[in-house]
Amino acid sequence: MAMWFARSRNLVSSLRQNLGLSAILIKRNHSSPRPVFTNYQLSSKVFLDPSTSFRHESTAVESQPDLVQQSDHEDDAQELDFPGGKVGYTSEIKFIPESSSRRIPCYRVLNEHGKIISDSDFIPVSEKLAVRMYEQMATLQVMDHIFYEAQRQGRISFYLTSVGEEAINIASAAALSPEDVVLPQYREPGVLLWRGFTLEEFANQCFGNKADYGKGRQMPIHYGSNQHNYFTVSSPIATQLPQAAGVGYALKMEKKNACAVTFIGDGGTSEGDFHAGLNFAAVMEAPVVFICRNNGWAISTHISEQFRSDGIVVKGQAYGIRSIRVDGNDALAVYSAVRSAREMAVTEQRPVLIEAMTYRVGHHSTSDDSTKYREADEIQYWKMSRNPVNRFKKWVEDNGWWSEEDESKLRSITRKQLLQAIQAAEKWEKQPLTELFNDVYDVKTKNLEEQEVGLKALVEKQPQDYPTGFHI
Amino acid sequence: MWGILGRRAVVNGGISASSLRSRVRSSSVSARSYAAAGSKEMTVRDALNSAIDEEMSADPKVFVMGEEVGQYQGAYKITKGLLEKYGPERVYDTPITEAGFTGIGVGAAYAGLKPVVEFMTFNFSMQAIDHIINSAAKSNYMSAGQINVPIVFRGPNGAAAGVGAQHSQCYAAWYASVPGLKVLAPYSAEDARGLLKAAIRDPDPVVFLENELLYGESFPISEEALDSSFCLPIGKAKIEREGKDVTITTFSKMVGFALKAAEKLAEEGISAEVINLRSIRPLDRATINASVRKTSRLVTVEEGFPQHGVCAEICASVVEESFSYLDAPVERIAGADVPMPYAANLERLALPQVEDIVRAAKRACFRSK
Repeated sequence: MAMWFARSRNLVSSLRQNLGLSAILIKRNHSSPRPVFTNYQLSSKVFLDPSTSFRHESTAVESQPDLVQQSDHEDDAQELDFPGGKVGYTSEIKFIPESSSRRIPCYRVLNEHGKIISDSDFIPVSEKLAVRMYEQMATLQVMDHIFYEAQRQGRISFYLTSVGEEAINIASAAALSPEDVVLPQYREPGVLLWRGFTLEEFANQCFGNKADYGKGRQMPIHYGSNQHNYFTVSSPIATQLPQAAGVGYALKMEKKNACAVTFIGDGGTSEGDFHAGLNFAAVMEAPVVFICRNNGWAISTHISEQFRSDGIVVKGQAYGIRSIRVDGNDALAVYSAVRSAREMAVTEQRPVLIEAMTYRVGHHSTSDDSTKYREADEIQYWKMSRNPVNRFKKWVEDNGWWSEEDESKLRSITRKQLLQAIQAAEKWEKQPLTELFNDVYDVKTKNLEEQEVGLKALVEKQPQDYPTGFHI
Repeated sequence: MWGILGRRAVVNGGISASSLRSRVRSSSVSARSYAAAGSKEMTVRDALNSAIDEEMSADPKVFVMGEEVGQYQGAYKITKGLLEKYGPERVYDTPITEAGFTGIGVGAAYAGLKPVVEFMTFNFSMQAIDHIINSAAKSNYMSAGQINVPIVFRGPNGAAAGVGAQHSQCYAAWYASVPGLKVLAPYSAEDARGLLKAAIRDPDPVVFLENELLYGESFPISEEALDSSFCLPIGKAKIEREGKDVTITTFSKMVGFALKAAEKLAEEGISAEVINLRSIRPLDRATINASVRKTSRLVTVEEGFPQHGVCAEICASVVEESFSYLDAPVERIAGADVPMPYAANLERLALPQVEDIVRAAKRACFRSK
């Protein structure tokens, strides 16, 4: 379809050049097809709704329509006025095909061997930043491995890994500023790790002990930290998308130099909230960066059963949102894409959509065994040959910024730290009983106070019904 | 708010706003065409409008969002005049997506703003109920106090007139069963003003259940209630009419019916105490039980479906706490256990009427001795 447009455009422009515009007269029942618009980018100014004047300053028109007047006769006017703006028309009954002949290409910088592809656009990364990024990607790998094992040993009830998506986690976080507010799905602990959450803090949340900032209220991996601008993970899928638009709106109203950043998986884009969140963010002109981790699987549902579009990136334009598809396993590409998107979101006050292509190497969670629905070979392939951590490592090593010695040191120190953190978190006592009734409301209501008093009295009266060492 | 009175003054014969102000303040002078000194009237609609207006004026973080709230002046004109006064950033007309704008409201509240989200009717809130329950209600608890959600969800609830099953359900019981939410149901103009102001100021998420048929009803309103700092406490019921023979508890539109029933009962020598719940969650069990301990009889009324309703909770509370004081079984009057029919005669049968309340009270009274 795109090629047909290109040919026709060339035809018309060459005609224009050779013959001059007024010389082109095409009769209504002429058999040759009329050119239609190409690359027309709608701007918000096109809306004819009179209330537009009350709204925020519209973004400037990106490009002029590629309009071709083919006749001077009013009867043959090529434009019609409808609510929403002028639109050209055609007498050809031609349906927009369900898919483009060519899929939207994927932006990448590093090839599979960790070498920069010549002539790539990318934002340079300093040695300090690159080394930190690599260290954090490796730390995330070790953390995932050890917590997963801890769950298998029965020490924590649940865990969810980000194996295969370390580049998305760390490189996106590195590209943001600390004031940007993050609303995660659940496979982005690396963003929190980058922002300074310690291994001990992760362990405390997984064990739900007294030191957990979440006070033992949530199951494992539902991290959250106000001071790191990372909203507590919420289980219902995609609810964070319209909420991110709301956060973006708040930032816009308070004129902050920050944006909202929210993550979603390929499966989550099927939720109604995906439509609501993106549509609304575009209408509100809210500074939000939507990052979709297209990792091919939603538990056992493959993307071919999730949607029939060319992934998620093509949906952006449907909402009037600027979008890009990026190789999610290429840390440098992810860094550049997120950084650019962030700048656009904040300076132009608009939402941006990034589709990061990747693969979910691990099982969906500890409650899943993905070998039941996919080939073990497929998993191995992505784990070994398409590993984002190794790919970035090669680039960092080639620059002389990292050695095998650094590698073994980092891995052994991190492993040790994690094991210690888990041991300490496991031993730490759990929350006292009083925490059961706190935070339901800002100030405890009377009925909760009564219940708390009643429960304390009961525990004191019947200690045999409660575990030893039960804290009031 | 004074702007509204000023406008009314113009309608009533050109009394200037300032002279009107001085008339209201000095209760010794009685105004000409206005009501007797010291007694003003206000519709519930104006009460809600003035409450939102005053809270928006006092706190720049408060903003209104919903379908038709801005240019259309509100589907039921509750937000009339606010767009002109505060601009499109603070009075936001949304696309048709309850899930969308509720989610956005919750996100904005997470980030520190104070949204007042309007549902055209609470029936449509079901399309956004995950955001209300799983995000708004539970976030403070799940985040251990890190994320609070100072949001108000408001709109008409319960039956209107001839709008059928999908526009007539009462959601009081559903929302009031969720810890983390506060659920309010005003009756009079004073309730509307005081409770909405309290809701907007409250740091917790509040579900504010209005009633379409009450919007146009006028109520006398005190000077105290007209003051911009006026606020009613959340969790306190109001004894609308004192009595000693039977306690009738209810909320929203049914309060009016209960008061009419009390009049009829008084003619037959039965003194009914009518309690306007005002707050469904937290429920003012203390006031309800104190009243039942005084009268020994309970009739509890609501418009919504009978099973698992607000009345069921009140009955359970009274039976648990005041059993030995009861002289008669507790009585429940609720809507019929059917989706609301449309035909006017059927609709009337599906909703509690004054006669039903009178009969129930009499049953409760004659069962003793």
